[in-house]
Amino acid sequence: MAAVSLTVNGKPVTADVDSRTLLVQLLREQLRLTGTHVGCDTSQCGACVVHVNGRAVKSCTILALQLEGANVLTIEGLAPADGPLHPMQEAFRENHGLQCGYCTPGMIMTAVDMVRRKGHDLDDHTIREELEGNICRCTGYHNIVKAIAAGARAMRHGATAAAAE
Amino acid sequence: MSAIGIGAAVRRKEDQRFITGRGHYTDDINRPGQAAIYFIRSPHAHARIKTINKSAAAGMPGVAGIFTGTEFAQDKLGNLICGWTVLSKDGSPMKMAPHAALAAGKANHVGDAVAVVIADTLAQAKDAAEKVKVEYEVLAAVVDPAKAAANGAPLIHEVAPNNTIYNWHLGDPAATDAAFRNASHVTALEFVNNRLVPNAMEPRAALAEYDAASGSLTLWNASQNPHVARLVISAFVGMAPENKLRVVAPDVGGGFGSKIFIYPEEVVCLWAARKLNRPVKWTAERSESFITDAHGRDHVTKAQMAFDGEGKIVGLKVHTIANLGAYMSTFSSAVPTFLYATLLSGQYEIPHIYCEVDAVYTNTVPVDAYRGAGRPEAAYVVERLVEVSARELGIDPAVLREKNFVKKFPYQTSVASLYDAGDFNASLQKALQIHDYKGFAKRRRESERNGKLRGIGFASYIEACGVAPSSLVGQLGAGVGLWESAEVRVNPTGSVEVLTGCHAHGQGHETTFAQLVADRLGIAIDQVNVLHGDTDIVQFGMGTYGSRSGAVGMSAIVKALDKVEAKAKKIAAHLLEAAEADIVFKDGKFTVAGTDKSAAWGEVALGAYVAHKFPTSEIEPGLKESSFYDPTNFTFPAGCHICEVEVDPDTGEAAVVGWTAVDDFGTVVNPMIVEGQVHGGVAQGVGQALLEHTVYDDKGQLITGSYMDYAMPRADNLPDFKVDMTVTRCPSNPLGIKGCGEAGAIAAPAAVMNAVTDALGTEAIDMPATPASVWAALQRTNKLPRAA
Repeated sequence: MAAVSLTVNGKPVTADVDSRTLLVQLLREQLRLTGTHVGCDTSQCGACVVHVNGRAVKSCTILALQLEGANVLTIEGLAPADGPLHPMQEAFRENHGLQCGYCTPGMIMTAVDMVRRKGHDLDDHTIREELEGNICRCTGYHNIVKAIAAGARAMRHGATAAAAE
Repeated sequence: MSAIGIGAAVRRKEDQRFITGRGHYTDDINRPGQAAIYFIRSPHAHARIKTINKSAAAGMPGVAGIFTGTEFAQDKLGNLICGWTVLSKDGSPMKMAPHAALAAGKANHVGDAVAVVIADTLAQAKDAAEKVKVEYEVLAAVVDPAKAAANGAPLIHEVAPNNTIYNWHLGDPAATDAAFRNASHVTALEFVNNRLVPNAMEPRAALAEYDAASGSLTLWNASQNPHVARLVISAFVGMAPENKLRVVAPDVGGGFGSKIFIYPEEVVCLWAARKLNRPVKWTAERSESFITDAHGRDHVTKAQMAFDGEGKIVGLKVHTIANLGAYMSTFSSAVPTFLYATLLSGQYEIPHIYCEVDAVYTNTVPVDAYRGAGRPEAAYVVERLVEVSARELGIDPAVLREKNFVKKFPYQTSVASLYDAGDFNASLQKALQIHDYKGFAKRRRESERNGKLRGIGFASYIEACGVAPSSLVGQLGAGVGLWESAEVRVNPTGSVEVLTGCHAHGQGHETTFAQLVADRLGIAIDQVNVLHGDTDIVQFGMGTYGSRSGAVGMSAIVKALDKVEAKAKKIAAHLLEAAEADIVFKDGKFTVAGTDKSAAWGEVALGAYVAHKFPTSEIEPGLKESSFYDPTNFTFPAGCHICEVEVDPDTGEAAVVGWTAVDDFGTVVNPMIVEGQVHGGVAQGVGQALLEHTVYDDKGQLITGSYMDYAMPRADNLPDFKVDMTVTRCPSNPLGIKGCGEAGAIAAPAAVMNAVTDALGTEAIDMPATPASVWAALQRTNKLPRAA
């Protein structure tokens, strides 16, 4: 076991982890941040996407010990606990971009990163290509694509965007 | 229509927790002192378990227990069961082989669990499991359903000679043969309906806890039907009496059928939790899901459709071999029989149909209901045959369909289903218009100018939902009734809890059901809470599958609301000092007819509980009513889907470039949610047709055991969908709902393959039409774009 210190959702955290502990295990099992999900074991599905130092990362594919000093943002930290939703969260609800909800945190974290990289005017083709690393079994993606396009536009004006980043 | 009532696209109440990461799925729950369990699984498809040596593992750090199938058997618990008895043609019952939760003696598929290790952490359990030595004697395996019943095939279960579970049939063979003899045209096709892995994004999970003080067990389980799980685990496995076993299905991340069934893992977790007196948790890794979740489809079919000289269908013959895998899963027997053959009339008047189904065991993962369950297989047979017939007869496929549609209702098919309502041509014509069918020739020329091949395909599907009238399914062999329960509990302040025996795992019941109740009672939707998924809260229910929650579950709520309103009117009459017959309830207000005297909903609710103003010898205090609704018929959602594909002859990629769906689901409660169900269903059907394929090698190893090898539909594999509706009310339930959950998955495979074969100019291609198989088909036909 070794100690690792990092910032998670704006709060400093120090944890004892095994050398094989993955970031997603640290988040879910030690910090009890269970909004980040595990949907596969081959880094394909994207249910575990979080932001590390502002960039989308599959938290099943990085060791906790690699994160010394890092700034991690999970779905729980995307908007203040009792404050307004992040515009991307709101867009997913407004456009019915989720059904069972399991892939949703990863989708939203990926979408926010997509806006950072590709801007606020995302066409459908770009969104679909950029979702290659996120699998949803419920929605057929139709409404996720709509939600991300709308969320990207709303983030131009979003007061809470990246508030915790 | 009110802003929240039936027909309103209300945004979902449940979304707040999901979009903020505050859902509660089974793996999110932790109990004090919890241990992790790891299943040691057979790496062989068919093998005798000779010895299991756990001595090297027993002292490993954190290990709390290591148990084998032999030790499990010593506790004399019952087997897992298939709850639907199907009889063979000769009247003999299906050959159900014993299915122990932990295999002892012999493993019958790769993934069959033979032992478990329980430790403080999952990592410790896995480390110890590596030290457990299992010695196997590998036996020959059979994988291909078409070869399973052959003489000399390896025998999987002693009770099932020739690996045959049943030889079942439906229809009149002599009359069907006669129709074929008099036919002027016969179209014959052979199909493989490819095996699929359901792949709900939340892997299956179970957390079991034993309370020694009360002697009761609690199971948190990713389940679509917690009450049925409790019933089977109690009454058949004998784990604990029902009143000492609580099953909770919290937030569940998708099911698509795969979480209906009662699996070995939850049984073993319960057993181990009691044995060790500590909570035990298991969550499947995806690679485990691939080799343990019940798969879907896997049919090999030969079918013929006969026509008279006018292009009218006169007969249909179908022979199907259905692969049920290594064990009979919970509802596996019903899928290729009652959920399949009864839909083979499609949307058409077919006077004579004969269907034979041979179900076989193989050394593969069990096969059971997967989104659509039998009905996608039936629609595929019928709609591929109709499309190919149209090509052979030189008739426009839309015209041939219209000519043969059932037009008068009710219509008694020749395969037992009684279609109660529909307007099949209305869906077809609307789809043709929305899709711009007339413009297809121009779009095809445009594609060819770009060096591509373009094809169009239809699926005018029908399905049977609203499962199901209890006495009818009882006659057909079901071990349960398929009614649904509801309880409406009005609080003194007028807010309401609705308890339902249905279970939501993405369908949005918390919103849809609340819409119904809030609109009926004239209260805000936030004043209605929908509770489900806990056997301690809801008395009993049959769960959610078969598109039944709207048609059956909401009907039960309507019945309970009727009773609530009737009692509330009695109470209002006393509060308003008027005759009960004069009380009118509208928009949340009780009014004395012809007067301005009224009492608000909240006043009556409070009045019911304070009970000061009515004689409690006549009217009991309180306001809570329950109901059990048993449907009188199946419901028959139907519609027309049109798919357009563009094939790149260089790469073989078939891209879906257009999709139109026009469905008749009867009454639509929340169109936003219903359209979402269509999108998701179509995506799964497109996945089956173009991408998803479950491949075993001949030794029974699953070759497509992860997302690296099994092609799940991604966002860039799918188009935008055009979704519209026609509506004929379902006459057999109070709201007129038919159900919408499976339609897309039923329609899509046939629509895609009709489009692909139209583009390729050959019918000789099976699902999935991958780039490799499309390219190979083009090499055979040598078809190239005209302009290329």
